[in-house]
Amino acid sequence: MSGIRLLVGTRKGAFVMTSDGARKNWDISGPHFAGWEIYHVNGSPVNPDRIYASQSSGWFGQLIQRSDDGGKTWAPVDNHFVYDGVPGTHQWYDGTAHPWEFKRVWHLEPCLRDPETVYAGVEDAALFRSRDGGHSWQELSGLRKHGSGPHWAPGAGGMCLHTIVPDASNPQRMFIAISAAGAFRTDDGGETWQPINHGLNSLHIPDPTAEVGHCVHSVAMHPACPGVLFMQKHWDVMRSDDAGDNWHEVSGNLPTDFGFAIDVHAHEPETIYVVPIKSDGEHYPPEGKLRVYRSRSGGNEWEPLTKGLPQSNCYVNVLRDAMAVDRLDQCGVYFGTTGGQVYCSADAGDNWMPIVRDLPAVLSVEVQTLA
Amino acid sequence: MSPSPDIPASDGARAIRIAIPAHLRTLARVPGEVRVEITGEPTICAALNALESSYPMLRGTIRDRSTLERRAFIRYFACAEDMSHLPTDSPLPDAVVAGTEPLLIIGAIAGGV
Repeated sequence: MSGIRLLVGTRKGAFVMTSDGARKNWDISGPHFAGWEIYHVNGSPVNPDRIYASQSSGWFGQLIQRSDDGGKTWAPVDNHFVYDGVPGTHQWYDGTAHPWEFKRVWHLEPCLRDPETVYAGVEDAALFRSRDGGHSWQELSGLRKHGSGPHWAPGAGGMCLHTIVPDASNPQRMFIAISAAGAFRTDDGGETWQPINHGLNSLHIPDPTAEVGHCVHSVAMHPACPGVLFMQKHWDVMRSDDAGDNWHEVSGNLPTDFGFAIDVHAHEPETIYVVPIKSDGEHYPPEGKLRVYRSRSGGNEWEPLTKGLPQSNCYVNVLRDAMAVDRLDQCGVYFGTTGGQVYCSADAGDNWMPIVRDLPAVLSVEVQTLA
Repeated sequence: MSPSPDIPASDGARAIRIAIPAHLRTLARVPGEVRVEITGEPTICAALNALESSYPMLRGTIRDRSTLERRAFIRYFACAEDMSHLPTDSPLPDAVVAGTEPLLIIGAIAGGV
């Protein structure tokens, strides 16, 4: 019978949650790396037992952990992230030039084809790749050295490369997103990159339609529709039908179009999910009601999904990497909150149940669909 | 476990004691103080080099991998003295070199979430 393995990163450790295909009863192991911030845990699509975790601490810096047995045991691999060449400067909060400094790894994206290859999105924004299972890392510096680099600036959470979306149909193509620079695409395996922010309109920056400078929160893509991208921007939910060359807004009837997480149904490329958050100043659901919104039309028309979710006095946030979908026939949807809850819907969002209620703040949720 | 005060040396090396924070003991999979052998001048840097050589998973957790600068929230103490701001080629106290006192590597008490 098929099974599900959730990989959950929190402020104080990682948790691995497993269930059978019914997704009603869960075994929970953890905390792994107790007391450390686990920004992201992600498994190889090629070898699900190969899992990478980003472990960090304000005291002790960055570590990368690797498991080769599905998260039962772990061993540290290399943590030496060195920018290629002279890193130069980017824009600081006050507009002055600030040197590029490595701080942490926000996102780990194992290669779709090779379990030894994994990408790391880091703060200050850059993309690294390991081709030896995390034992060494090299920067794909064509991104950071894009001419716009000196004009990138940090968002409130830092200048982080937080989203990495590989294209299943084209190994040379990949999408990334940076707060607060915007989205970028490579068509040559990471050698060169171009900003793909045309159509974004960010009223809080000096030039609302600038080539770079947009606070993109997350980007999602269905593997069967590689040209169609969905974006949760700081404000606005956006869609592109041409691999990011042009974007248009699909916020439609959402109660607020601020938010962090966005994902696509595993079998319905036009069914997408967001969790609206009240505002950039109030990071919790509007009216204290935790609602996932689903669009079955690729945006614009949205329906609230509330069954099983708290509909009063709920003031948690759902962060950008804290939503995921499984690939079972009846698509499962999962998300974690800063209040420590991890919710599961085994029916594409119609009904929800908490898997666990009292973890540390959840930073990330990934799901593995096991044969 | 009570460490031996007179730690044997091999080929001119001296074995010293180092106490590391709990999170790093977990990472290095050691239950308590560690002992490492240092050769040449017994300095702070030599102690850290020996520690990282014996426990490579600690590289980057105490000092920067590239610059070897102490991480901001790490402190070095020995014999009731704060050695954090001394040059790292400063000699270790005699009691640390003799193995009667440990070099203490401490995570600063600095709040956090």
